[in-house]
Amino acid sequence: MTNDELIWRIAGGSGDGIDSTSQNFAKALMRSGLNVFTHRHYPSRIRGGHTYVEIRAKDEPVKSRGDNYNFLLALGDSFARNPQEEAYYGNEEIKPLTENLDELREGGVIVYDSGLLDASEIENFDERVEENNWHVYDLDLRGLAKEHGREVMRNTAGVGATAALLDMDLQYIEDLMEDAMSGDVLEANLQILEEAYESVNEDYEHTHDLRAPTGTQEEEQVLVSGSHGIAYGSLDEGCRFISGYPMTPWTDVFTIMTQHLPDMGGISEQVEDEIAAASLAIGASHAGAKAMSGSSGGGFALMSEPLGLAEMTETPIVLVESMRAGGSTGMPTKPEQGDLEHVLYTSQGDSNRVVFAPGDAAECYEQTRKAFEIAYEYQIPAIVIYDQKLSGGHQTVPEDVFDEEPNPDIGSVVTEEDLEEAVQEAGRFKRYMYDADGERGGVSPRSLPGQKGGNYLASGNEHNEVGHISEDPDNRVLQMNRRMSKLESIRDELAENADHQTVYGPEDAEYGILSWGSTKGVVEEAVDVLNEQGHSVKAMNVSDMMPFAKDEVTAFLESVDEALVVEMNATAQFRRHVQGQLGRFGEKLYSLLKYDGNPFEPREVVSGFESRIGDDADLSQYNVRIESATGD
Amino acid sequence: MSAFNAIGEEREINRDEFTPEIEPQATWCPGCGDFGVLKALKQAMPEVGRTPEETLLVTGIGCSGKLSSYFKSYGFHSIHGRALPVARAAKMANPDLEVVAAGGDGDGYGIGGNHFMHTARENHDMTYIVFDNEIFGLTKGQTSPTSPKGHKSKTQPHGSAKQPIRPLSLALTSGASYVARTAAVNPNQAKEILTEAMEHDGFAHVDFLTQCPTWNKDAKQYVPYIDVQDSDDYDFDITDRSEASEMMQKAENALYEGEVLTGRFYHDEDRPSYQEEKQATGDMPEEPLAERYFDEDYEWERSYDLLDRHK
Repeated sequence: MTNDELIWRIAGGSGDGIDSTSQNFAKALMRSGLNVFTHRHYPSRIRGGHTYVEIRAKDEPVKSRGDNYNFLLALGDSFARNPQEEAYYGNEEIKPLTENLDELREGGVIVYDSGLLDASEIENFDERVEENNWHVYDLDLRGLAKEHGREVMRNTAGVGATAALLDMDLQYIEDLMEDAMSGDVLEANLQILEEAYESVNEDYEHTHDLRAPTGTQEEEQVLVSGSHGIAYGSLDEGCRFISGYPMTPWTDVFTIMTQHLPDMGGISEQVEDEIAAASLAIGASHAGAKAMSGSSGGGFALMSEPLGLAEMTETPIVLVESMRAGGSTGMPTKPEQGDLEHVLYTSQGDSNRVVFAPGDAAECYEQTRKAFEIAYEYQIPAIVIYDQKLSGGHQTVPEDVFDEEPNPDIGSVVTEEDLEEAVQEAGRFKRYMYDADGERGGVSPRSLPGQKGGNYLASGNEHNEVGHISEDPDNRVLQMNRRMSKLESIRDELAENADHQTVYGPEDAEYGILSWGSTKGVVEEAVDVLNEQGHSVKAMNVSDMMPFAKDEVTAFLESVDEALVVEMNATAQFRRHVQGQLGRFGEKLYSLLKYDGNPFEPREVVSGFESRIGDDADLSQYNVRIESATGD
Repeated sequence: MSAFNAIGEEREINRDEFTPEIEPQATWCPGCGDFGVLKALKQAMPEVGRTPEETLLVTGIGCSGKLSSYFKSYGFHSIHGRALPVARAAKMANPDLEVVAAGGDGDGYGIGGNHFMHTARENHDMTYIVFDNEIFGLTKGQTSPTSPKGHKSKTQPHGSAKQPIRPLSLALTSGASYVARTAAVNPNQAKEILTEAMEHDGFAHVDFLTQCPTWNKDAKQYVPYIDVQDSDDYDFDITDRSEASEMMQKAENALYEGEVLTGRFYHDEDRPSYQEEKQATGDMPEEPLAERYFDEDYEWERSYDLLDRHK
């Protein structure tokens, strides 16, 4: 067993504090100089039901949840003790142990709360332990917590036992507790932590080899989720208005924004539905604020109508689409990349919008900033699409990623001085002036209500230069062409000023792996493994979905013999988008698809690649599927 | 220098300023009640003392939605039923604007019913005019939420089995702090009510009876109307919720029997507007958000300073 990485899984019932405990533990690992990546798995239920958080910590960069895990802290589900619930949900109490055993690596460590869990209830437990060379420590965490504080503090006892078994310095954990609590609660927790630590050291012989890896990371890091990246990117772009309706996992970014906006002089509005939410963002932006809204699949479907309105009235807004497994309400707490086509093509007519799909927390920050910049400069709706995995999963990011100046620039808005000189017609400002020579990239001058000399009508109906409804055929063609030409201008700007696509691996590699969004990290780790195994592979993660990064993807695909397109959906939406945008490469593309509600693990990508290119690997043990492209 | 100099400009205001210089050909039918709303609104503006450029008129879709084409101010012609969410956010982003929203009965009480309820509940400081002609006009005469029970149309060939919406009661129950009904055939009262509604500091709902001579020929022209404030038969206190409620029910019951009761039904001058409530809890800045983007001295906070919690 190697000690180069720890993948610690804390399992229990929803509502038992698994999330907050894991957050603290992840931070402690980060403070010890390690890189950290977390993965949350939880049911769509408030209390009870099997949930776990996995923390992968390594001295090397970590880009994914990794393959399986090597340390289980099984806490027991305190909300599963109601016999009526048991009849409905089955015996959940024992689930933190049973549900996790299949993925525990050989030689792995199990700590379980003997105060709540009885391993003898599990069929073949001892045989499986022996077979897999697992090291089992049963501790009465509940009893210990009860004795010194309250039963809920058994999480702390579990962390103390973990620290003892992994030879960790308790100081990092103690510091974090001191930051987070005070008084009797802090005292009780510290006492429980230390007692658990000591009792493990005194009473148990350490039979396992696994130890916490040594961290050497010196750069200041922060532990953030993709949702933090999006929220912080928005704040730094001067976004001070958000409207939304709660829906998992979009709620992550909505609540982070709301936590800060009032204190930063901004406004957050929870409204009656998603149609209202997007419409409010349009209203606020129309009146001169930088505004955003967002939702997840089903809620975003309601935004389809206002999205078209924003495009037609050329009101800049940024919408966030946080994907969860669909269709309809699907699996609310599970990730999928199934809304790509929904986001690219929803809404009336030949509508256009900008779509970015960041691949990690740092990209969430950078590309959300770009989304605002483009939206306000080009007066077009911009969408940031990501998924539940990236939304709630935390990862270590260098602090200086966020060390950027704010950009409150409102974009292509004219001043009142400009308006004095501006061309008027019928006493109204030519807000939608034709861009006859294309010099303005399709963008027309924008005034704000209250500006002198700038009055106009913003209409979702086709309209003339001052905004009046018009069904004149010539006007229609001119306005359509002007609006549509923005996408080409934006493509040029992105090619010059943003490099959102990431290429990874040896430049002259024979084969390629193409991915988008949150599968970036797992693919990069798979590329490392494949190259170590003697393959010749490189990867490209694409973020610019619309306008599509045509040139970069073309160059990548031209340079390889074949490419595997990895994505988390059943119908290969991204692969079809690539083919549709480039009009070729059908013969070179194969899809690796996963849509079981869990993100890819590196080994699945490795096996997927091998089954296609290499030695005919067996995919039957995984919920993945290979599919070849059709047509060109 | 402020970025919004048109706001608060003190000068004599002429109602003709609200007419686009080359007036778009009004596409309303001859005899349409919508002309009455346009005229009353133009007449009310100088009374309120607001210029075209500090006024934002947000409309929905349909015949009523075209109001923003024929009325010169900043305008936003949105989508069916969505005028209110657009309008209320514009008001929040720049509370100095005079914000008026307008739509029809299908638009406002049907597809936009949810927004109506919630905007009233929040008591945004704005005026909402609903063109109520008991019919879908621009889509050629379908039954609307205010069409009487038994109303026959292509979409209800055997007659509507539904009770009509009671817009005044609905507004009051939802939380509107000003509720009135007027009619296109009563221009003086309409002007006065729109003036009062715009001057009111809170959500003012005006159910504006507009006859549809093309698709709702059976419907009364809303004459003879009775102004409840002028009539000795109706004595009630418009600041009292339950008296107002009772009076509204009378008016709503009477409408389909040919008795058109108009006037002011409820006026609560004490209830703070949503903006005031939100500012009081610290959830909304005192200065208009929109101004801030033009303030070169404003120090924008950055996310970098929030990172302590992530270390």
